[in-house]
Amino acid sequence: MNADVGFWILQSLNALQLSMLLFLLSIGLTVIFGLMHFVNLAHGSLYAVGAYVAAAIATGWGYWAGFFLAPVAVAATGIVLYLGLIRKMRRSGPMAQVLVTFGLIFVLLDLTRILWGDLPLAIETPALLQGRINILGIDYPAYRLFVIVLGLAIFAALAFILGRTQVGAMIRAGVDNDAMAACLGINVERLFFTVFCIGCALAGLAGAVAAPLLSVAPDMGLQILIPTLIVIVIGGLGSLKGAIAGSLIYGIVQTFGAVIAPQMASVLIYALLAAVLVIRPMGLFPTKG
Amino acid sequence: MLELANVNSGYGETQVLHGMSFTARQGRVLAILGRNGAGKSTTLKTVMGLLPTQKGSILLDGMSMATTPHAIANSGIAYVPETRDIFPSLSVRENLELTARRFSGDWTLDRVLALFPRLGERLDNGGTQLSGGEQQMLAIARALLMNPRLLILDEPTEGLAPIIVQLIHDKLQELKDAGLSMILVEQNFGFATSLADDVVVVGKGQIVWEGSANEIRADDAIQHRWLGV
Repeated sequence: MNADVGFWILQSLNALQLSMLLFLLSIGLTVIFGLMHFVNLAHGSLYAVGAYVAAAIATGWGYWAGFFLAPVAVAATGIVLYLGLIRKMRRSGPMAQVLVTFGLIFVLLDLTRILWGDLPLAIETPALLQGRINILGIDYPAYRLFVIVLGLAIFAALAFILGRTQVGAMIRAGVDNDAMAACLGINVERLFFTVFCIGCALAGLAGAVAAPLLSVAPDMGLQILIPTLIVIVIGGLGSLKGAIAGSLIYGIVQTFGAVIAPQMASVLIYALLAAVLVIRPMGLFPTKG
Repeated sequence: MLELANVNSGYGETQVLHGMSFTARQGRVLAILGRNGAGKSTTLKTVMGLLPTQKGSILLDGMSMATTPHAIANSGIAYVPETRDIFPSLSVRENLELTARRFSGDWTLDRVLALFPRLGERLDNGGTQLSGGEQQMLAIARALLMNPRLLILDEPTEGLAPIIVQLIHDKLQELKDAGLSMILVEQNFGFATSLADDVVVVGKGQIVWEGSANEIRADDAIQHRWLGV
C-alpha cells in the first residue's frame, strides 16, 4: 500500500515537473499571441537554441553560467528576429506569419546543426542539485524538484506582475484591445517588443532547464512545439491562467496516461484537445477581449 | 485647435472620407452630425490615427499631428469610442488607473469619482459587470484622467436609457462650462445641439453644411435634408 502511494506521489511530481517545463514555454507563446496576434511557430526552436547555448556554456564555465546566460542569448536572438522579420510581418496576417515562422524553424534547426553537429549533447546537472531529496516519503531527484520550484516561482512572479502592477495592467489592456490601449497613450508597439523579448528569454530558460533532463538534440524544438501549442489551445490564448492550467492538464494527462493506459497514452491528450475545442472553442481560460 | 484639411480616409480599399475639412476651436464644443454611414465615426478614427490619412492633413494648433494613436493621445487628445471599449480583464479601478497613473493635471481619480459617484461604488467590479450607462461613465472618466486638451466622443448616448442620457448630458455640460474643448459625434439631434456651439453636417464623407448650433436648430429645411429630422 505504502509502495502504491509512493508510486503515485512520484508520478504526480513527474507530471508537475513536465507541466512546469511546458509552462515556461507556453506563457511566452500565449502572451505574444494574445498581445501581438502573432503566430510564432519558431518559439520551440528558441527553446532548442537555449538548450544548446546552455550546454555550450556549461562545458566551459559550468551549469549556472549557462542557466543565466542562455535566456540572455535567446532574448538577443529574439531581438534580431523581431527587428529583422517579425516587426515587418505584424500586419501580414496569420498565414504569412505561419509560413515565415515555420521556415524559421528549419533555419534555426540547421544553424544548431552547423554549430554543434547532429549528435545529441549531454549536460551534467549542477553539483548542488545532484542528490535526491526525501519528499512525502519518496526520494526524488533534487534537480527535478528545482524545475518544479522554478516554474512555480516564475508563475508567481508573472501573476504578480500581470495582476498587481501598472505594466501588467497595460499588458492585459493590450491583450484585451490593443487599439484602445494605444488611444490611451500606451505605446503598444514598445510593449509588444518587451513582452516578445521576455517570452524569448523564458523559452531560453526552459531550454537551459531541460538540457540536463533530456538530451540536447537539433529536433528538440520541433518535438516540444506540438505540446506547447496543445497547452495554449486548451488553456485559452493570451492568458496566464490558461497557460498554467493547460500545462498542468497536459502534464497530468501525459504522465498518468502513460501509467494507467499506456496503449492509449499518445491519443489521450489529442482526444482531450478535441473535446476542449468542441465544448470551449476559445479554451478553458480565454482572455476576455 | 484641430483642423482637418481635405482629408481622404477609409477602410482598406474602401474610401469613406472624400476631402473632409473642418476646424474645432479651442474651448468650444463641435458636433459632427449626419446620417448613418455618412463618415462621422470614420472621421474620429482618422483623427485618432486608427485609420490612415490617405490624403490631406490634420493639424493640431497649426502643426502636423502625430500619426500613431499613442502619440496622438499623448499630445492631449482623449477618445471615447462608440463601443466604449472598457477593458474586460481590468477592474473599474484598474481601467481608471491605467490613465490616472500616467497623466497628471487637474483631473485626478478623486475628481472623476466626484463627477461620477456611481463609479466609486463599483471600483472593484470587472469592467464588463457594469451597465451600459456605467460603462459610458467609465469611458468618459478614463478619458478625463488623461487631462486632455480635446475630448472626442463618439455617440455617447447610443443604447442608453433616457435618464442616463440626461445624466451624461449634464456631466458633459459641466465639462463644457469648465472650458474643455470637445468634438461630439451624435445621432441624437437634441442632445448634440443643446451641448454644441458649432455644428458640421457630414454627407457622403464630406462636410455638406456648417454653422452654429442655434442656426441648425432654427433651420428645419437643413435638418430635413441632411439629417432626416
